[in-house]
Order: sequence, then structure tokens, then C-alpha cells
Amino acid sequence: MEIQEKIKKFIADNILFSENGYPYAVSDSFLEKGVVDSMNIMEIVAFVEDEFSISVDDLEIVPANFDSVKNVTEFVERKTLN
Amino acid sequence: MTPNLVQDFLTSSARIYPHKVCLIAGEKKYTYQQLDRLSNQFAQQLRKSGLKRGDRVAIFLGNVPEQAIIIFGILKAGGVFIVINHTTKQDKLAYILKNSQAHAIIAPANQKEMLLGIMPTLPELKYAILVDEASESRLPFFKFEDFLTQGSPLEPRKQNIDRDLACLIYTSGSTGEPKGVMSDHSNVVFVIQSITTYLENTPDDIILNAVPLSFDYGLYQLLMTISFGGTMILEKGFVYPALIMKKIEEYRVTGFPGVPTMFSLILNMDLNEIDFSSLRYMTNTAAALSRTHIQKIKNTFPNVRFFSMYGLTETKRTLYLPPEDLENKPDSVGIPIPGTEAWVEDEVGNHLEPGQIGELVIRGRHVMRGYWHDEAATNQRYRPGEIPGEKICYSGDLFKMDEDGYFYFIARKDDIIKSRGEKVSPKEVENILYQFTGVQEAAVIGVPDPVLGQAVKAFVVLNQPDINVNDILRYCKNNMEDFMVPKSVVIVAELPKTSSGKIKKTDLI
Repeated sequence: MEIQEKIKKFIADNILFSENGYPYAVSDSFLEKGVVDSMNIMEIVAFVEDEFSISVDDLEIVPANFDSVKNVTEFVERKTLN
Repeated sequence: MTPNLVQDFLTSSARIYPHKVCLIAGEKKYTYQQLDRLSNQFAQQLRKSGLKRGDRVAIFLGNVPEQAIIIFGILKAGGVFIVINHTTKQDKLAYILKNSQAHAIIAPANQKEMLLGIMPTLPELKYAILVDEASESRLPFFKFEDFLTQGSPLEPRKQNIDRDLACLIYTSGSTGEPKGVMSDHSNVVFVIQSITTYLENTPDDIILNAVPLSFDYGLYQLLMTISFGGTMILEKGFVYPALIMKKIEEYRVTGFPGVPTMFSLILNMDLNEIDFSSLRYMTNTAAALSRTHIQKIKNTFPNVRFFSMYGLTETKRTLYLPPEDLENKPDSVGIPIPGTEAWVEDEVGNHLEPGQIGELVIRGRHVMRGYWHDEAATNQRYRPGEIPGEKICYSGDLFKMDEDGYFYFIARKDDIIKSRGEKVSPKEVENILYQFTGVQEAAVIGVPDPVLGQAVKAFVVLNQPDINVNDILRYCKNNMEDFMVPKSVVIVAELPKTSSGKIKKTDLI
């Protein structure tokens, strides 16, 4: 849960500039909901690389890994397990 | 017959390649015949719903394939289409709809509430068509699918001639109010033919388009592809660059239009695993790429012809650098597009010699008809040429030309910022900032940014203590299009001023 909360907080604070946390469901698609644009995805990638000490390959930046808080969380979990 | 209306490109390609796929977007695919018939249906239903020749219809959608049906449908109905960036917020959308006296709007269903909010202030806007599975048809709303299926698939009787308007494209100006550039059919047809001539497009071309269709560069990719009978792969955006690059391999893409931000992202990627052998050309416009970037592109894509281009919505495209000149003239944005001319003028209208700096002036059929209902701005931009009655376009950009007739961009005459390939009016951003309670003064400038070209930076003076940068950024995000939102906001105690009290932006840089 900690990973998920950190990702939600990062997006809420740095991309949405939200006052009341992450306002979407964790499985909501970033693209469909208009949460992020192309620049923001790169910010999220940089954040998870930094925060969780993982390295993200360019070919891993795909919707299956980066289109929702849930996807990002699971991606980070897989990476940190390795 | 040679096409003289924009929609003729579709009817002609549908006759020659009825079963060829012209458009692929995610899971959706359309053949030329399907697109032709669906756009007929849309056109017929628009007419049945009261659209008259010359009426404006606004398209407020992201890069969805329905846009192709809608654009050609509006044209076949004799209407004028307007493409509006789908991240545009309520006030600006209302302004554009009011300014253009739009007859109808096509929008995603999730914008229904916003439309309900502004429709009472727009007496000329008769109805909205919602593109989404969840929407329903109840006036003033129609569900796109319902609207489409009610129309006859027969081509409507032609009413237009090539001097009628095809589209209005709203562009930011230094005054802060967006202005609608009027393109008539002859302008659009001419530009399409000129650009596809120098790109040497053929029906075998497969174009991958991740540029918004609301941006003329993205829009013309669609129109051009239809004109030469090619295939377009339409992407919603450039959010997942690796995925898009892989599509080049998957679909054997031959043409890739990009803007500097996209190229910056691409060049930072490890692309070794992707097969780019099908790719014939890449184009860049909106802002110049640095010499280093161009060199990197040449190294990464050695067999690709790279076209560096320059243009303004007011003439669509103006200059292009033939790829063979990239080596010896890397800093040039090239020569006038086929069938047009350009020169550099001083402030009193003298043509300048090579090497001298002045305003770029443009002549040709691509010089658009002016700004919709804005005579003052039109007269400023489009001025009389040597032939009585002819209008030529004053670009507002400072250039020089070399001895061989190649042009070099020096600077803009106004303070427009180019960020992510889009034009941002500092005045427009400042106007929105001033509406935020607590902002006493605001000044917006562009600062160099390795990825964005220029980044929007705002300096604000507050008259309320408990506001922080995030409050301002959140407000910006909720009230402006994505590309206008400042990348950074700096709260300052005061702004530098001239002796007459005007904000002195040069001291902020």
C-alpha cells in the first residue's frame, strides 16, 4: 500500500496540484480521464525511478505499466521484487 | 477532374481505392469507401438538421477517428469546420463558439455539463453532437451514432465553390484573444498539393500521426493522406513514445510528422530493438530543432529524409528545407514551398538584400483569407501586394535570407511563446492569472527548455498571504489548455517596472 500511496501523492501534488489528494479511482485510466499528458508520464517515470531505485526501460513505458495508479504500483512492485 | 474542393480528395480516392484502408485508430479501421459513405451520411443529416451553406460547425474532440467522418461530412454539407483543442476550458470555448457563431458542436459526452453551462449564452448554437457510447439523443444533444445512422449515404448535392470557406483555425495572438484564420477551399487544396509535392507522397505512404488534429499540422496530415490515397495511423497523443515508435515497425510506416518535443523524447530513447527500415521521411515544424538534435536524428535514422519546416497558421506552411540541404545549411528553415514566394522586407516595405534582417513576407495561394470578423487584425497581417487587390501575408517574424535564397529565422516580432510546438500568448495566460483572487500582478515569459522548446514561466505578485505556488498551478490547470499551463510559477514581492510603470519583462529573463 505504501507504494500506491506514494504514487497517488506524487500525482496529486505535482501533476494535479490537488487540494484533496488523488481524486480518481486507482484503476482509472490516466489517458481516458485526462489525468496526464505526455510530459507528465515522463515525470511519473522519473519519480518512480528515483523514489523506488528502479530503472525503467523505454519499452516499458506502455499503458500496461503506466496508465493507472494501479498499473504503476504493480509495475513498481514487480521491479522491486526483482 | 482535378479536385477543387477539399472533400473532392475523399470522393476521388474512394473511387480509385474503395477497399483500401485509409484510417486506423486503435481497434477502428475505415476504408475509403466507408469513410466516404459515412461522411455523406453525416453531411445529409447536418443539412436535414438545418445547416446552411457557410455555417460553422465546431469540432471539440481529441484524436478520435470520428473526426475524419465529421470533417468531411461538414465540408460535404457545405459547412465550415472549426477544430478546437480538446483541453480548451469553458471560457475560451464559449468565446470561440460565440466569435464563430457556430451552428453546432461535436464534443465528447463528458463535456455535456460544460456545454449545458454555456449553451444558453450562445443563441446561434443549435445543438451538440456527443461522441461517446454513453451518450443519448435528447435535444439539444444528439448521440453521434444516432445522428450518423439517420443520414442517407448518398453524396449531397454540391453547393460550394472553391472561394467558399473550408475551415476556421483559431490561433493565439499577442492581444490574448484567439483569432479564427479563414481558409477557403482553394487555399487548403493548394497547400495540400504543394506539401505533398515536396514530400513526394504516393498512395503507398503510411503516415503515423500523433499530432493533435486540432493543430493545423496534425489536421493537414489527415487531409494530405486522403488526397494521395495513403493510410493514416492516428494516435491519441504522444503519451507512450515507445509504443508509438513500435507502430512504425508494426504498420511499416513511411512518414512521421513530429514537433521538437517529440523528437527530444525519441532521441532520449533506446531504439535499437525497433525496425525503422520502412520509414522514408520525418518532418519537423512548430519550432526549430537545434543543430545537435538534427545531427542525432541523422545518426539514429540514417536512411530517413528529414524535412525541417516553418509555417504559420495564416499561410499554413511557408518554408521547407529540402533534406539534401540539411548538411550544408543546418540552421536554415529553407525555401518557399512549391508555387509560392517569400522575401524579407524592412519597416517601410523595401525588399532587403541577402544577409539583412527584416520581416518575412509571403505570397501565394496559401495566403489565407484573413481573420474571421476581425478587420483590424486582418489588415495588419494581410496587406495589399503589388497587384491591385492581391493580399500578401506579413509573418510577424524576423528573418534573413542568404545568397542562395534560403531563409533563416531570427526572432519573433511579438512576444508569443512556442511551447511543445504550440503558440502561447503571454497576455492570454496573464489575463487568466489576473482572474485568480489574490493575484495582484502577473508577468509571463518563455524560457529555453531542452524538451519543450520554450517553457512558460509566470511571475506573480500576490495581495493575499495564504496562497502558494500549487494553488496557482492548480488554478491554471483548471482554467487553461494543457500547453499553456506554466511549467513554473515564481511568487515575487514586486515586478520590475519601466519609468512609466509598465512591467519590464526583459529584466525577468
